[in-house]
Amino acid sequence: MAERGIVIGVGNLYRRDDGAGPLVARALRAGALPGLAVMEASGEGTALMEAWAGAQRAFLVDAVSSGARPGRVHRIDARRQRVPQDFFKYSTHAFAVAEAVEMARVLGDLPPVLIIYGIEGGDFGSGEGLTAEVAAAVDEVTRRIVEEAAAPVTSHGGEHA
Amino acid sequence: MTTRTIDVDYIARVEGEGALYIRFDGDRVDDVQLRIFEPPRFFEALLRGRAFTEAPDITARICGICPVAYLMSACHAMEMACGVTIDPEIRALRRLLYCGEWIESHVLHIYMLHAPDFLGYPDAISMAKDYPETVRNALRLKKIGNQLMTVLGGREIHPINVRVGGFYKAPSRQALDALVPELEWARDQARETVRLVAGLPFPDFEQDYEFVALRQGAEYPFNEGGLASTRGIDVPISEYDDVLHEQHLAHSTSLHTRTAGGGVVHMGPMARYALNRELLGPGALAAAEEAGLGAMERNPFRSIIVRAVEVVFAVEEALRLIGEYREPDRPAVPVEPRAGTGYGATEAPRGICYHRYTIDDDGLIQDAKIVAPTSVNQGMIESDLRAFVAPRVDMADDALRADCEQLIRNYDPCISCSAHFLKLEVERG
Repeated sequence: MAERGIVIGVGNLYRRDDGAGPLVARALRAGALPGLAVMEASGEGTALMEAWAGAQRAFLVDAVSSGARPGRVHRIDARRQRVPQDFFKYSTHAFAVAEAVEMARVLGDLPPVLIIYGIEGGDFGSGEGLTAEVAAAVDEVTRRIVEEAAAPVTSHGGEHA
Repeated sequence: MTTRTIDVDYIARVEGEGALYIRFDGDRVDDVQLRIFEPPRFFEALLRGRAFTEAPDITARICGICPVAYLMSACHAMEMACGVTIDPEIRALRRLLYCGEWIESHVLHIYMLHAPDFLGYPDAISMAKDYPETVRNALRLKKIGNQLMTVLGGREIHPINVRVGGFYKAPSRQALDALVPELEWARDQARETVRLVAGLPFPDFEQDYEFVALRQGAEYPFNEGGLASTRGIDVPISEYDDVLHEQHLAHSTSLHTRTAGGGVVHMGPMARYALNRELLGPGALAAAEEAGLGAMERNPFRSIIVRAVEVVFAVEEALRLIGEYREPDRPAVPVEPRAGTGYGATEAPRGICYHRYTIDDDGLIQDAKIVAPTSVNQGMIESDLRAFVAPRVDMADDALRADCEQLIRNYDPCISCSAHFLKLEVERG
């Protein structure tokens, strides 16, 4: 029985580097990883909580704006670390990625493994297409998720390997 | 002379970017500004030259919270311009889609954005630590709204299944029937929500509003109706521009609305309730009565109760519409363009979303006008703030600031829509 996992690519393809999350999702979907569902999401928080409900492990990819150099990849193990509330600057909804993770933590609804990849964006203007550094980071995150997904689950809910 | 200011640089738990500035001159409120600084996005200009069929999907991108309002208002306006009447089955499906948006938006606002104010929490996450089951039920209740949007619209945000004339694909009877058990749970939970919010502590504050909402006479308004007010406005939607005028004020990137007499008006749940209460249906009406709502509610803080009553209505209406659903022979009526002007007004969760388009014989858009309800409510929010803070001048800045933010959230403002708009600054002197 394949493990139940999900990759959630969050963002807006029409706001340049904010499209990083959905583009990782598309790259992974093309590779058809067994046992791993792939979805794109706008970042609306309750929909994210529904998306990872029941998953043994979840990977969430979103563009971030923390002030680091564009293309920098941040990896957050949500079971071990809090998600900075101002990290996902371009999630304009009042209840978005960081709020969804913290709400799920309070309610005890975090998946056994929730890994968040934040890709530092450079250009969040209107239009399609990524800056070169972010495009390279999309490839890197795609590769890292494939590697992580292939490894047995070792995190704190750990028995689901 | 001393000047005291209260500022909120960036108002939390609203959609979009805005600020509040209040200046006191001694004990007198000198100035109140709801400052909307989200950059305008010039949607009306970019619509010119585009095909009439593109207006619903383009304008839906104005907002991720109430895309259905834009889809629906744009469709109705274009159908009017082209002289087309939609089939009754399509009309019913549009109402059902709107039920989904009201449930999704209202439940998010009631529990995640507004309830923490009344209970003294900085946010819903802190509230969830003490009320986990309440929050869990809220998330489940919101989800049924998302599900309606997904079944009818193709996905829960920015639906992709709506077109001028109807839908690309009508849902199957089975797909809608599958939603019934969860909607039946939602009906009980929605009534429980009304009881819960009716018990919250409310500041003693009333205003003498001119309420404006759609009124059609036979049903609680979503997609249809003339423009009506509690002070005598009663015109078809094609005369909207004759009775409500937009004007630019320097402190806001969102246009303000005034009546012909220069007054400000109140749109949204309290307005719809004041003008259409008898059409809520027995369940929602009973919930309103149990919660102590009279014929008209004038305390804006109690809008959270009216919003909860509208959730009961939306759930019951969804159950009724699904019960009567027959798969239509065609998902849309054909629409051929012709030169003309069309008007569309529908009830977004936070009030009337008005569209006007002029198209040419080829269906290309020559002129577009869009008015979002938050933009209309801006003037009313400032009026409320002025009246609210005047007798509270002795309050400490922090407490006053918190109350003012709560007051603004009474309107569930959608700043992104209005700037197609919030930050509190109080100056004391």
